[in-house]
Amino acid sequence: MTAIQTHPGGARLARTTIGRIAPLDVATEANDTVDLVTLPTGSDRTHGRWHLPRGVVRLSGVVVLIAFWEVAARAGWISKRQLAAPSTVLTAGWDMIRAGTLQTALRASLSRVLWGLAVGVPIGAGLALIAGLSRIGDSLVDANVQMLRFVPIIALQPLLVYWLGVGETVKIVLIVIGVAFPIYVNTSAAIRSVHPGFHELADVVGLSRIQTIRKVVLPGALPGFLVGLRLSLAIAWLLLVFAEQINAKSGIGFLMIRAQTFFQTDVLVVGIVVYLVLGVLSDVLARGLERGLLRWQAGR
Amino acid sequence: MSATSSAAVAVELAVSARQVRRTFGEREVLRGIDLQFGRGEFVALLGRSGSGKSTFLRALAGLDGGVEGEIRVPKRRSVVFQDPRLLPWASVLDNVVLGLSGRGVSGRSANDKGRAMLAEVGLDGHEQDWPKTLSGGEAQRAALARALVRSPQLLLLDEPFGALDALTRVRMHALVQQLHARYRPAVLLVTHDVDEAVLLADRVLVLTDGVISLDVTVDVSSPRLRSDPAFIALRSQLLAELGVDESAEGHHPSTTTTENTPITTTGALQ
Repeated sequence: MTAIQTHPGGARLARTTIGRIAPLDVATEANDTVDLVTLPTGSDRTHGRWHLPRGVVRLSGVVVLIAFWEVAARAGWISKRQLAAPSTVLTAGWDMIRAGTLQTALRASLSRVLWGLAVGVPIGAGLALIAGLSRIGDSLVDANVQMLRFVPIIALQPLLVYWLGVGETVKIVLIVIGVAFPIYVNTSAAIRSVHPGFHELADVVGLSRIQTIRKVVLPGALPGFLVGLRLSLAIAWLLLVFAEQINAKSGIGFLMIRAQTFFQTDVLVVGIVVYLVLGVLSDVLARGLERGLLRWQAGR
Repeated sequence: MSATSSAAVAVELAVSARQVRRTFGEREVLRGIDLQFGRGEFVALLGRSGSGKSTFLRALAGLDGGVEGEIRVPKRRSVVFQDPRLLPWASVLDNVVLGLSGRGVSGRSANDKGRAMLAEVGLDGHEQDWPKTLSGGEAQRAALARALVRSPQLLLLDEPFGALDALTRVRMHALVQQLHARYRPAVLLVTHDVDEAVLLADRVLVLTDGVISLDVTVDVSSPRLRSDPAFIALRSQLLAELGVDESAEGHHPSTTTTENTPITTTGALQ
């Protein structure tokens, strides 16, 4: 294009060398004045309006919702029997903490989830390693797991109860199964997606098989594993709620079942809020773990 | 290999390839390549894209199990790929010393060697950086350090500067020359850049249709300048062999072959 602008006799030149230089019609006819516009830049924005931090803005939405709920409950728009007011829920929660019932229940629920994770995560990751690292392992494990993962885990409950009874074991086993699948699926996919060039590199620098797994495959699969971990945490809480409805004698779910029989909607909401807080906390924990372990992704 | 055939060769061989063939399905990519070169020799292999030059390099690297023929290469050999291929989860230093420790080398002495080599490629101070924070040129220098820290007797360079910008490439050329002069590994440089080949190599080969169609010794006095008549003559010969019509390029002196090189380095060193 520069050739066009520097040639006064460009129009003729263009006609003689068709195909090498673009036609000039556009350039010669666009003889009108140039309108300059000012684009918004960062320096404009800093002089502009003052902004609240994003987190505060987002939180205020939640505050508005709760305030509305409180007002609605006090004005009698929501009947007490259907849903307790936030202030009532808060009092109920405080009473449960003072009586120690909430702590006891929390401990029982937490221990189920932790056991479920402690057993389920290694099973999922171990199977993923077997499937991802050897061809025999792949054909033995992968097809089966990929098929079984479509079974809704809740549907296993009657059979599990038949095998294991209604004690603690069945609750933990449900969580173990639920946790193992997302860990397996994500980790094995991540192992397979480790750049083939890196395997070549391992070959070229003479890494042994064990060294290749330790220095190339495992760190390469870590991001996928962590995605699986976050998914499995969510599933663990979900299955906890479900498992605690089966003849529980302790735990948050037990408190809620009991509250249901006594129409204590405030205690029910306390239970829901505790589940919510646990879910949020575990997600924050998992994100923190990702940030810590995957510093290399952000670049520092 | 029998001693009789190599008796005539004065230098110690670094690479001896005989009748190397490689087919992918129906396509015969390498059709009987014979190549020998000695210790410390810098050989450039030119070819159009798809000519099989990278396939041949991978065969010499031992990365291609499907290749036929006889290939003898030193045990200590290194490869620099077109992409830096640094493990993103390991620090620059850990990348450089990857696989170096063990086998009689302690982790500490491996790290010392790695640090020294990084300093030599101009990356001192970057030892603990993550590879993602490096620029393209820095990353490729780290890859070069990783290759050289193993004191290879054969260094295989697979278009290592192809993805770099013109100015960075010029600096890399100088660095490679310097490192070759110091460590004297035999080098096979696969490239599609004729200037690069003439600038760096002692000997230039052209691969056409799966066979070596031209094998010339570079006889340009150093420092090699692109304005040197000998340089220009050899470049023309190589371009002709590659099927590039220079007169058609005319006013617009692209010296690279048909591959999509971003910018040529022509004139940058003059």
